Amino acid sequence: MNNLLRLEKGEARIDADDPWMLVRDLAPPSPVGKAILPLARWLESPQRNAVWLGPDDEVEILKPWFDQLPLIALDFPSFRDGRGYSQAYLLRTRLGWTGELRAIGDVLRDQLSHMRQCGFDSFAVREDKSAEDALKGLAGMSVLYGRSVIEPRPLFRRRG
Amino acid sequence: MYQYDDYDRALVSERVAQFRDQVERFMAGELSEEEFLPLRLQNGLYMQKHAYMLRVAIPYGTLSVRQMRTLASIARDYDRGYGHFTTRQNMQFNWIELAQVPDILERLAQVEMHAIQTSGNCVRNITTEAFAGVAADEMIDPRPLAEILRQWSTINPEFLFLPRKFKIAICSAEQDRAAIMMHDIGLYLYPGDNGQMLLRVIVGGGLGRTPILGLQIREGLPWQHLLSYVEAVLRVYNRHGRRDNKYKARIKILVKALGIEAFAREVEEEWQYLKDGPAQLTDAEYERVASAFVAPEYRELASIHLDFGTHLAENPAFARWVLRNVQPHKVPGYASVVLSTKPGVAAPPGDVTDTQMEAVAEWSERFGFGEIRIAHEQNIVLPDVPKAELFALWRLACEHNLGSANIGLLTDIIACPGGDFCALANAKSIPIAQAIQARFEDLDYLHDLGDISLNISGCMNACGHHHIGNIGILGVDKNGSEWYQITLGGAQGKHSALGKVIGPSFSAAQVPEVIERIVDTFVRYRESEEVLVDTLQRIGLEPFKEAVYPQAVEVLA
Repeated sequence: MNNLLRLEKGEARIDADDPWMLVRDLAPPSPVGKAILPLARWLESPQRNAVWLGPDDEVEILKPWFDQLPLIALDFPSFRDGRGYSQAYLLRTRLGWTGELRAIGDVLRDQLSHMRQCGFDSFAVREDKSAEDALKGLAGMSVLYGRSVIEPRPLFRRRG
Repeated sequence: MYQYDDYDRALVSERVAQFRDQVERFMAGELSEEEFLPLRLQNGLYMQKHAYMLRVAIPYGTLSVRQMRTLASIARDYDRGYGHFTTRQNMQFNWIELAQVPDILERLAQVEMHAIQTSGNCVRNITTEAFAGVAADEMIDPRPLAEILRQWSTINPEFLFLPRKFKIAICSAEQDRAAIMMHDIGLYLYPGDNGQMLLRVIVGGGLGRTPILGLQIREGLPWQHLLSYVEAVLRVYNRHGRRDNKYKARIKILVKALGIEAFAREVEEEWQYLKDGPAQLTDAEYERVASAFVAPEYRELASIHLDFGTHLAENPAFARWVLRNVQPHKVPGYASVVLSTKPGVAAPPGDVTDTQMEAVAEWSERFGFGEIRIAHEQNIVLPDVPKAELFALWRLACEHNLGSANIGLLTDIIACPGGDFCALANAKSIPIAQAIQARFEDLDYLHDLGDISLNISGCMNACGHHHIGNIGILGVDKNGSEWYQITLGGAQGKHSALGKVIGPSFSAAQVPEVIERIVDTFVRYRESEEVLVDTLQRIGLEPFKEAVYPQAVEVLA
């Protein structure tokens, strides 16, 4: 995918060589190479491909496939649809997904830090936006009162 | 009061810098109107009819002297010399320039204030009652848990794009002055048999287009589980709440669709994963926050004061004010005072000038401990006034047009800003409030009528809480002109009820007459000292309808 930001060991960078291709269509033809397929299509051939879920999809369905899944993507049809944040929380904290978790769709600079807090580690920034510019949105703020996927302890357990 | 530490200060100042950058990017065209919208809303900034409106959070309605003076300075320097207290204990400035907002937020940050999440589809300002910590009927001070919730819900990354706005209120007194039945989550804090703090959790209340009283999903929840339980409710709502229709997106619609038992089961199931985990509150954290809310150093005062008694006897206007505007205090010799922002035609309900704000700040220092509260009825409370000082305070309040002796009376109208300002409104609220106040100017008569709440909302969003007014007035649009629908029988507090529509709506010019006929009917049927809601309950709506719609009577005859 183009316009991809990646977090590795806390470092954020633009990844110009992402091997994945996002397939939105439910219908064939089959893509050549590494594809991220919609859930219904991926379930037909779960072996070598990755999957993306819409906000209506239940994340629990992926649990049995964790060992062989190379990547899970969650779609934000609109940046104002916040279901992806809870899906990410469930995948990471409840179900224990440790592989790549990618945000796709209406992915914009000003929401990236929330996505990072909820456990996303790659971000396919909307194609008409600048990836360099979006990179500035990943850091967010230095204080988190509550807790999140990457900081499971609320501030009151972290105070000195 | 709660004092910011380094974490709180860092968060608020980083937020100002972040929003300054977002405003600049919007003004430079890098952010579209659509992209900027939720960012500005989550920083309290609305677009109204004529200008931007900035809603400043007043957590659980408590202000320090310094904060009140800063609000006055913002009214003076960035607005037209006044601000508006809302029904959710916030302050709104109506005439704001976008480019100046970051500077305003910076000025607020200097006195530990912000506008974070005062709007948008996220957890809003946590509210409690204006008399928290001082009310004679209070069981437990709700402010420490309110502050803990405020912190937890501020920029909580998972819950910033909920299906719709989310309001939480907490109360712990005999009288529910925080209207917890009308909130997305209402929390009732009470002591258990062995004295430990317990919570009753109520969900799915709300006004707006579909007014519903909340339903209980949990009884006896130990306070340590407050955050994990609220997290469970929010996660269920965030995942399953409707997003296809903004009018069906509040949690109350989800609760109604699933049924309260099924909804409670979902929450309990989610909570099983969270309880006893890191979100469980600790005694240390409670103590840390509660230590900010210790009672001030009250003096030992005589509970009876001779001069006070003399003034009461000699000055009926003062006596009337004491009767209506002074509340009992848990410490002998002290009282809580409500300063009415409803002087009648002189100013719209909730509007306060910079000069008045400065005066209130000064009084809170002179007569109290420098603390001020905002009531959800849009009035100002000075919580700790020695009874011996009440007369001096009353005279000053009258000089500043804050001394109306009308708390709880018909002219203590709760009203949203309405069509004069708000882009959502169908109809104006302020001229209706003022026309009613003008018609009921006779204070003796008002006092004889006793407690009557009258609430006005300019549209279905119900910011004026018209459903829970004894008399409710709702602005509606009929073919492009402004009409008003009347409801009767609403009530807030322990005996909360939603008002019932009495019939077809009225023009603005008809409203004062209609209210007068309702009041006349009440007077005709009233038994001894009965209050309006009780008369309504006893005789029903029919006599009122007959008085208001006489034609209907003729047809029937």
